[in-house]
Amino acid sequence: MAECHPVGFQWVMEAKARGAKVIHIDPRFTRTSAVADLHVPLRMGTDIAFLGGLIRYVLDNDLYFKEYVVAYTNAAALVGEEFVDTEDLGGLFSGFDPEHGHYDTGSWAYEFADEPHSGADDPQGSAEQEAVGDDHDVKSADQAQSLGSGGASIPAKPLRDETLQHPRSVFQVLKRHFARYTPEMVAEVCGIEPEVFEQVAKWVTSNSGRERTTAWVYSVGWTQHSVGAQYIRSCSILQTLLGNIGRPGGGILALRGHASIQGSTDVPTLYNLLPGYLPMPHAAQHSTVDEYVADAAGKAGFWGNKRAYTVSLLKAWFGDAASAENDFRFDWIPKINGDHSSYRTIADMIAGKVHGYFLVGENPSVGHPNGKMNRFGLANLDWLVVRDLQMIESATFWKEGPEIESGEMAPETIGTEVFFMPAATHTEKEGTFTQTQRVLQWRHKAVEPPADARSDLWFYFHLGRILRKRLAGSTDPRDQALLNLTWDYPTIGETADPDAAAVLREINGVGPDGRAVNGYLELKDDGSTSSGCWIYSGVYADEVNQAARRKPRREQGPVALEWGWAWPLNRRILYNRASADPDGKPWSERKKYVYWDEAAGKWTGDDVPDFEADKRPDYVPPEGARAQAAIGGADPFIMQMDGKAWLYAPSGLVDGPMPTHYEPAESVVENFLYDQQSSPTIERIAGPWNRENPSLSEVFPFQVTTYRLTEHHTAGGMSRTLPYLSELQPEFFVEVSPELAQLRGLVNGEFATLVSARTAIEAKVLVTERIRPVKLRGGQVVHQIGMPYHWSYSGLSTGDNANDLLGIVLDANTHIQEDKVSTADIVPGRRPRGPELLEFVESYRTRAGVGSGKVGVNGRAPDQDPSAIEETGA
Amino acid sequence: MKTWLDSWPVFRQLTGADPLGRGVAARSKATEQVVSRTATADRVVKSVCPYCAVGCAQRVFVKDEKIVQIEGDPDSPISRGRLCPKGSASKQLVTSPTRVTTVRYRRPYATDWEDLDLDTAMEMIADRVLEAREKGWQVEDEGKRVNRTMGLASLGGATLDNEENYLMKKLYSALGAIQIENQARI
Amino acid sequence: MTTVSSASPGLSKDTGVVSGNRLYGPLPDVQGEAGYETDHPARVGFFTDTSVCIGCKACEVACKEWNTLPMDDSHGTKDAMGLSGMSYDNTGQLGANSWRHVAFIEQSRAVDLPMPVFGRPGDDRQDIGQPVNPITPTADSTLNAQTSVLNAEALSEFDPQTGQSGSDKQIRWLMSSDVCKHCTHAGCLDVCPTGALFRTEFGTVVVQGDICNGCGYCVPACPYGVIDKREDDGRVFKCTMCYDRLTDGLQPACATACPTQSIQFGDLDELQARADARLATLKGQGVETARLYGRDEADGVGGVGAFFLLLDEPEVYGFPPDPIVTTRDLPSMWRAAATGAAVIVGVVASAFVGRKR
Repeated sequence: MAECHPVGFQWVMEAKARGAKVIHIDPRFTRTSAVADLHVPLRMGTDIAFLGGLIRYVLDNDLYFKEYVVAYTNAAALVGEEFVDTEDLGGLFSGFDPEHGHYDTGSWAYEFADEPHSGADDPQGSAEQEAVGDDHDVKSADQAQSLGSGGASIPAKPLRDETLQHPRSVFQVLKRHFARYTPEMVAEVCGIEPEVFEQVAKWVTSNSGRERTTAWVYSVGWTQHSVGAQYIRSCSILQTLLGNIGRPGGGILALRGHASIQGSTDVPTLYNLLPGYLPMPHAAQHSTVDEYVADAAGKAGFWGNKRAYTVSLLKAWFGDAASAENDFRFDWIPKINGDHSSYRTIADMIAGKVHGYFLVGENPSVGHPNGKMNRFGLANLDWLVVRDLQMIESATFWKEGPEIESGEMAPETIGTEVFFMPAATHTEKEGTFTQTQRVLQWRHKAVEPPADARSDLWFYFHLGRILRKRLAGSTDPRDQALLNLTWDYPTIGETADPDAAAVLREINGVGPDGRAVNGYLELKDDGSTSSGCWIYSGVYADEVNQAARRKPRREQGPVALEWGWAWPLNRRILYNRASADPDGKPWSERKKYVYWDEAAGKWTGDDVPDFEADKRPDYVPPEGARAQAAIGGADPFIMQMDGKAWLYAPSGLVDGPMPTHYEPAESVVENFLYDQQSSPTIERIAGPWNRENPSLSEVFPFQVTTYRLTEHHTAGGMSRTLPYLSELQPEFFVEVSPELAQLRGLVNGEFATLVSARTAIEAKVLVTERIRPVKLRGGQVVHQIGMPYHWSYSGLSTGDNANDLLGIVLDANTHIQEDKVSTADIVPGRRPRGPELLEFVESYRTRAGVGSGKVGVNGRAPDQDPSAIEETGA
Repeated sequence: MKTWLDSWPVFRQLTGADPLGRGVAARSKATEQVVSRTATADRVVKSVCPYCAVGCAQRVFVKDEKIVQIEGDPDSPISRGRLCPKGSASKQLVTSPTRVTTVRYRRPYATDWEDLDLDTAMEMIADRVLEAREKGWQVEDEGKRVNRTMGLASLGGATLDNEENYLMKKLYSALGAIQIENQARI
Repeated sequence: MTTVSSASPGLSKDTGVVSGNRLYGPLPDVQGEAGYETDHPARVGFFTDTSVCIGCKACEVACKEWNTLPMDDSHGTKDAMGLSGMSYDNTGQLGANSWRHVAFIEQSRAVDLPMPVFGRPGDDRQDIGQPVNPITPTADSTLNAQTSVLNAEALSEFDPQTGQSGSDKQIRWLMSSDVCKHCTHAGCLDVCPTGALFRTEFGTVVVQGDICNGCGYCVPACPYGVIDKREDDGRVFKCTMCYDRLTDGLQPACATACPTQSIQFGDLDELQARADARLATLKGQGVETARLYGRDEADGVGGVGAFFLLLDEPEVYGFPPDPIVTTRDLPSMWRAAATGAAVIVGVVASAFVGRKR
């Protein structure tokens, strides 16, 4: 955190000064470790084992927050009899289909009093559940995509055992599942001393409960794994057991790495989402609004209003053209039916299936794993538009990319037409970023962008304007969505920049009276309201740009509710109903936050209450209640349909209802915990340009991880070009331990070459004891290599590209790549140049028994269509 | 004459309270006139750092329509006026001499860039969007109605504003494009 | 000229602290000594608390952005950037183009983790006391051999409270942002023959670019090796403590940016009190190796305006252990200074002549 979010880290330092213990769990000793109370240098890729150990420690020693767990979680729910745990299946859960590599998740369900189908409680919901389960067109790995973030629907209320003693209660299931995660096992898997684990366990548990809370902070060190979603689940289980969710000083805080990466998820440019975490409609399930909202129709919680959010979105986009009579033009929204994420799209580009590509402030040639595969994709396009501030590598691959030197590509073979469109900087346009705590902050425009530089808002508005002009008068059904799109934003100034405030107001939504709505509770499903992103509803409340508020911190309370605006409804801690006990009283005076004021008959406190303000703590939903009305007064997790935090996820995840430690796809270590080596559901993209290093291979004997440095920013376009940052970290380097340096003859400050089944890269070597070999049972020593990934050939600070070394394997839940762990070899000296490089890497592949990496022109297979290769596998 | 002599350091040194000439007597004309460029700025514009997601507030000082300084905004409850090295380098980011500020165009199979007028580029891109959309159009896939195009794709960085992401998603969806991605998945 | 030298009591004796000495020893009012009226502002300074430094280098960049410094080139001779191989430090030292510099010091030693004293888990739920974590050297194994001691002296005082460990090896990574000390007795200022260096009303020491003629006498006069000549410019440069910002009531750029308040700016007496309190806190927490550097007004430079809290010996951070103002030996240098002063009189006079025309 000190490394990548230094200014945010001031609060950690402040907490430390007040007596908080700061524990840093990271294979790498960073600037955070330097000031932490304890650094836990666990072996890379073993966090689930570590967190699992903590979960077991909490369960076995009765250190969980009992009142919280019983009242606020699904610990008491009973799991169905069909469920079989990894304990009994060698590391697999029940329902695994080895042929297709995915789970039928049906057996993970709860046990119900009645069959869900006859449970009149939620007929549509159960029908929907069936549709997902039975429809073979919705591939298992697809299910998560079709859910949005509303979470999975559960068809009825499960049976419960409030004593938590029933052997099939979630609590007991959890206990058995984590039984083998003993301190000794954790120590062996993670390569740390049992005492260190015990120290962490003591500090975490002794700082949790009524009086105290513990917060966990993570970044892509947790998400970029083949089991990344389960990393987060592990922490969720732990924090829920300890009662650390929804309370001040608690939580699981995702420290996001880009100015508005949170916003880019909320108002998503993601293939599987519509704004506000509504799922992108699926071809097999969602041909009408009714079908689309069916899963929510009976849902308790705020997702129960999915129809209102959906209809309001359609009204925001299509205006008067959308009406109840034409199903609000739901048919104008294109449908997905598979993984259309960026890596899959790159493979499709190589196969010639994608013709045009926009890169908007993104530099995949450097920032994405397997740069070569990315560049092959770009080389097979008809055209490419790059919008950026500087001439980034993704715009110059056709003349300067590494494949030009290696002879795999040449300008003369690359038919991609490239448009470099200069972009405006953050000071040259107005708009909002959503930062890591969901706070939207408005930026005012300081100056006009220079020359032809324009905001992305300008680019897309005017592109849309031109396209609409071109198609004007068309009667082709496929053009009607565009022609009826609400696209009449006011423009400002000589360059006719669209008014970002008008766009923000559209996102907020407008009521029947034509005024901005004050929040999503005002949204209707009858077409009388509009809202471009329901969770942002309220950002323009009272016709005021709430994100532009800048009341100085000294003039307001500790939560600073008048600085910017946080979604939802300016709430700063989510699920803050959990900061009070079931009766609505603070768990303790010290941790008082949001609580029930009986005299006033409402929730009050430092934050905007998570509940409807007047919902009593003893509220019991009446029969037939819907949406938020179906959430009881003591059920804080209002986005879940049962209002409970899930210790066990009966549906929603494709790789298991509980986290399980698997080794990374590329590991030098056997899985000590289960027979199953790596996650059975890993998603692979096969091709000669994406070969995988075999695990436990002597050819690729070292573990590698990638990371950032304080001095640079991601793929470097915003830092390697700046003198003051470049000089601070002037070239690409890798960090190795003195032991590995000795083993391989690496010299501090000299070059070394790293090799994988993808390619070989060279880097300066920094020998440091901050990188540590891990000794495992049986004496195996695991050497780890750290690679900052900021570099490539452009800019002032240059070097080979760390990401070129990595392959692409994906977490099937998220389609996020595993680039926090892979394997490689490292040898002293510089890498071969030109075609010799290809031979050098091919020799490694041959020795490792990996398929050839040789490709034809522009990365296409020499003799065959790459899509055919994909069928046959690597 | 008096003033003239007063401004002579040696005179000041010999006659004033600073006989060693290390303080008052040594002050140069430039020193007497020193003023910070934040004080002489025409205006201060409130902004937010474009690097990581902490969301540090920035104050952008503008003089003669040029940015002369960017520093932290002490009013912010998030950052309390502090900035990391990247945030502190923001002025260099926005005023970088290596920024490319005009359209660059590379023809298929060409070996170098050429110039292109912005309006022409926009029209050309519009042509290509329509063509790629048409080439990749699918009414149905695997027997299901999809009404989409697989012919064009997009990948955005996570420094895009919410308003920009919104227009992108809206426009792409209306075009039928679904392979719309962002750094947020990475 | 001789009038000036005889007027200086500091020149009447070769060494030693004497009453009224202006070149050595404690000096309660540096500004008054430099001729400022009694209502001058309080002396300001930096307190750099390295125990909370996270080595982010915001100070280096903020300084350069404000002062529009060129890229670092060490002494104007380095023509290409490159990895230094010295931890995360690639700017090396303070210089004409780097007025803040963050040092990174990696230390390690092998340890034998003791068995922590555990009661039944949960017995100490309310306890937030200090960890039981004594460190004893181990005779063990491979790891002893691996112990590359980056600084033997430092490790002899290795502090378990600030040295983190997860396992068999204890690693400590010290970071410290160095800067001009703005000495009470500033050698650079004392030897400057042109009056380019001067003491400001804030008690800081600043080079006046419009006066400096690049003679370079100040460079060897600095006991810390701070002031430096920019080769392609000819003149000398160093931290001004953002004199221009101070005149407008702002903090220096580095202190403004510093995310963890490792760099604190303020009135010097207040900073000294704060530092004393911080030191006491750390000592109370058992951080025996903590110390203040440059805080002592009886040291060789009369104390400094930019002082530090260190976690190890000054040498570990590249500081001289016992800096002494070079002008303690001033008489031997005076001839050179007098010559320079004569030159500047001529230069100034001709400049005025020019203006009259």
